[in-house]
Amino acid sequence: MSDITKQSLSELVENIKGKKLSSSEVTKAFVERSEKSKELNAYITEDYANALNKAKKFDEKPNLDLKLPGIPMAVKDLFCTKDLRTTAGSKILNNFVPTYESTVTQNIWNEGAILIGKLNCDEFAMGSSNETSFFGNVQNPIDKNLVPGGSSGGSSSAVAAQLTPITIGTDTGGSIRQPASFTGTVGLKPTYGSCSRYGIVAFASSLDQAGPMAQNVKDCALLQEIISTYDEKDSTSIDFKRNVYSKELTKDIKGKKIGIPKEYRVDGMPKEIEDLWKKGIEYAKDCGAEIIDISLPHTNYALPTYYIVAPAEASSNLARYDGVKYGFRAEGENLIDMYEKTRSEGFGAEVQRRIMIGTYVLSSGYYDAYYLKAQKVRKLIKNDFDDAYKKVDAILTPSTPSSAFKIGEKTNDPVSMYLNDIFTVPVNLAGLPGISIPAGHDAKGYPLGLQIIGKAFDEQNILNIAYAMEEKINFKNNITDWWIK
Amino acid sequence: MSKNKSEYLINRHDNQYEVVIGLEVHAQVTSESKLFSTSATKFGAEPNTQVSLVDAAFPGMLPVINEYCVKQAIKTGIGLKAKINKRSVFDRKNYFYADLPQGYQISQFKDPIVGEGKVILDMPDGQKEVGIERLHLEQDAGKSIHDLDPKNTFVDLNRSGVALMEIVSKPDLRSPDEVNAYIKKLRSIMRYLGTCDGNMQEGSLRADVNVSVRKKGSKEFGTRCEIKNVNSIKFMQMAIEYEANRQVDLIEDGQTIDQETRLFDTKKNETRSMRSKEDAHDYRYFPDPDLLPLEISDDFIENLKSEIPELPDEKKKRFIEKFKLSPYEANILVSDIETSNYFENVIKKSDVKLATNWIIGELFAALNEKNLEITESPISAGNLSKLINLIKDGTISGKIAKTVFEQMMKGDKDPQKIVEEKGLKQESDPKALEALIDKVIDDNRDKATEYKSGKVKLFGFFVGQVMKVSGGKANPQLVNEILKKKL
Repeated sequence: MSDITKQSLSELVENIKGKKLSSSEVTKAFVERSEKSKELNAYITEDYANALNKAKKFDEKPNLDLKLPGIPMAVKDLFCTKDLRTTAGSKILNNFVPTYESTVTQNIWNEGAILIGKLNCDEFAMGSSNETSFFGNVQNPIDKNLVPGGSSGGSSSAVAAQLTPITIGTDTGGSIRQPASFTGTVGLKPTYGSCSRYGIVAFASSLDQAGPMAQNVKDCALLQEIISTYDEKDSTSIDFKRNVYSKELTKDIKGKKIGIPKEYRVDGMPKEIEDLWKKGIEYAKDCGAEIIDISLPHTNYALPTYYIVAPAEASSNLARYDGVKYGFRAEGENLIDMYEKTRSEGFGAEVQRRIMIGTYVLSSGYYDAYYLKAQKVRKLIKNDFDDAYKKVDAILTPSTPSSAFKIGEKTNDPVSMYLNDIFTVPVNLAGLPGISIPAGHDAKGYPLGLQIIGKAFDEQNILNIAYAMEEKINFKNNITDWWIK
Repeated sequence: MSKNKSEYLINRHDNQYEVVIGLEVHAQVTSESKLFSTSATKFGAEPNTQVSLVDAAFPGMLPVINEYCVKQAIKTGIGLKAKINKRSVFDRKNYFYADLPQGYQISQFKDPIVGEGKVILDMPDGQKEVGIERLHLEQDAGKSIHDLDPKNTFVDLNRSGVALMEIVSKPDLRSPDEVNAYIKKLRSIMRYLGTCDGNMQEGSLRADVNVSVRKKGSKEFGTRCEIKNVNSIKFMQMAIEYEANRQVDLIEDGQTIDQETRLFDTKKNETRSMRSKEDAHDYRYFPDPDLLPLEISDDFIENLKSEIPELPDEKKKRFIEKFKLSPYEANILVSDIETSNYFENVIKKSDVKLATNWIIGELFAALNEKNLEITESPISAGNLSKLINLIKDGTISGKIAKTVFEQMMKGDKDPQKIVEEKGLKQESDPKALEALIDKVIDDNRDKATEYKSGKVKLFGFFVGQVMKVSGGKANPQLVNEILKKKL
């Protein structure tokens, strides 16, 4: 079966359950395609031999009642995987092999999936283009020398290029939705507290959330119902009633009220984004949704707020990488010297920049003006959404202010890079679920995404809206396999 | 003037200085597991054998609050008559050190779990109230060991993440003696509550000592210095004495005191500068985003209140009222929970007055001599109670009782058995005593004649002789009576 890798997750599951395909056949197909796709640089660590062994074992005694029976899967290298190197895209964890498994990946393996490798990402998930990774930038399968977005750039590239049928990323300010938008794939950032953070290398604890990245909404829903569990090992995990998202998925969104926030019409937004948004509104109407203009007045403050809160938490979260216990250590004359050399050599420029910003905003004398004020604004942003949700069931916005850009285009302009997250960041600050679905192409033929933002814990609703719109949009990703010689 | 009897002042030339002291006590919470992980906390384990992935701050590891430690902190707060804060927040205190794996300590900064309270001290010239500013929960760090290798430092993370209560007093203490009384009282309350074992040798109780001086009568506080991490009461007292005198000397010399952190060198008996205010760490405190604010319900607090045992102050009051003990006796007996338990067990079945005297007198002296705690006493409360009853009912004399007691100290034996085995039972049979006395008078005819002729002092001689002949067993009261008749 030469077209195995072209199948969606749902199709593969069906074919394995129907014994039309074995796990070995499927795993081999994705391994082979991954091997041919080294130029994308989507993987940091490959685990192909183990994966093929596991697939063989699965086939010997297949448990077809599982939700992901013998399905091979690569995951973002921010998830700790037992006995397999986990780097977070950083030199400082270059040699780090966890003795434990993250809750989210454990949930996936419990349903029968098989790990085939760890996917590239921005260093400690800090970046919007996958260019900050110690393991080099990732190619977007859409076009040569195009960024796949970030920080889950390896994940978006791998799903779009069909190196893995589905994957997981993490989203702190847009790191699932923006790369999904850049690669013509679907990415869901769940409600904060939906997926356990246990075993995920932390960037900004109050914002980090794992989520599925898929080729379509149905696959996305299936993976979400697997990874979202209450976990006592994460004190911020929330014990709420979780839907069986894929089972309850429906295209019937008649009468759903969808809000259009006027503040998202930002200055300098390309016309094609504006047009895409208008098109999205029409699609939603076609599906029977009611469109309502709303206001999220503090949207303007979201990005600066995010760039205080996230670096502040990161500066503290990354203090543990000090060369003492694990990971990279540079030799030094004394303890302080060892710290300085280890962290100067072990962290890349973007991570160092954010640690410095974070350290600054938490310093005495600046704390009130920055960190404390940012927390207050964060509350206001959350209140904006709470007010809006009195009137609407979901909110529709573009996912990003532009399509994917060229590698190197924004590396020397961090602020322009940060602007990529302008539509996604407020969702993290408010702890809400948001999904990006591919909705069209720009003039260059690069994919563009639309974002649907939901109420807290209302993943089912935004998945339903995405599912209905997906059918109307009928998006086709144009992947030419240009990297395969 | 009696009120000022114990006033601690430093005199220089014509000036008198008062010393102002505040303590930050770090008390290890009695708990099987750590504050945010399930690792064990046993003292003295092999290095790095009680360390979880959370304690060693591995990537992706998250803290989960140990409810038992929260209960212990609240109980301590109740014992300190303090306000329990229904909402408290865990903050990160950020600094780099090799034995601090996270690169931050989880502590409570702005919103501690326990607010203002008080501790009553019994000083020789009366009671003194010391204010408690706050109590908060925090993690301990690991231990850096610098002397095992000439070049390298070793790190033991067994302590990393162990729950501590930091108890901050108001600057209400005025002398080394008050510090002694304060630490002992605090320790006593926590041991009553079972919230901290107070073992200073094992580091379960340490303190940072804030010292300043001011001219007597002045209302303004002087500039203070903080002496870090002093781990015995004796060292605290020595450090305060040294530091207060150092500050007075500076002032007398026309110099100013720098606010700084100092270390106490126990070998040289001096404090020295560790870092100045300018070099003070900026800890960049902020709420730990891995932990939700701690919300405590009224019910939760009420339930814990019902678990609070009678505390030393109340017990002392009861001992004085119910058992008619003197305040001095009551203080000694309630000073620690084991002693008061022992006392109450002894008096269950024996005379209170005798029990008090025997415990405070003979027992404490004997234990002291052998360097034993009351819990290690070779004499159980039950057997001491039996001994007291043997005295009370006249089976043995107080003097014989001391012999029996000594025997008991060599191993926990039933005093009844000792008395029987050694034939120490008091002779109270008048007939047997008469025979004895007759023999003594007979043997000392000349002295008896002298006595009869008016040398009454010889009465004592006869008593002594009778006791000697009886091997100390004769009932002294009866001997007196019969002798008087016979002579």
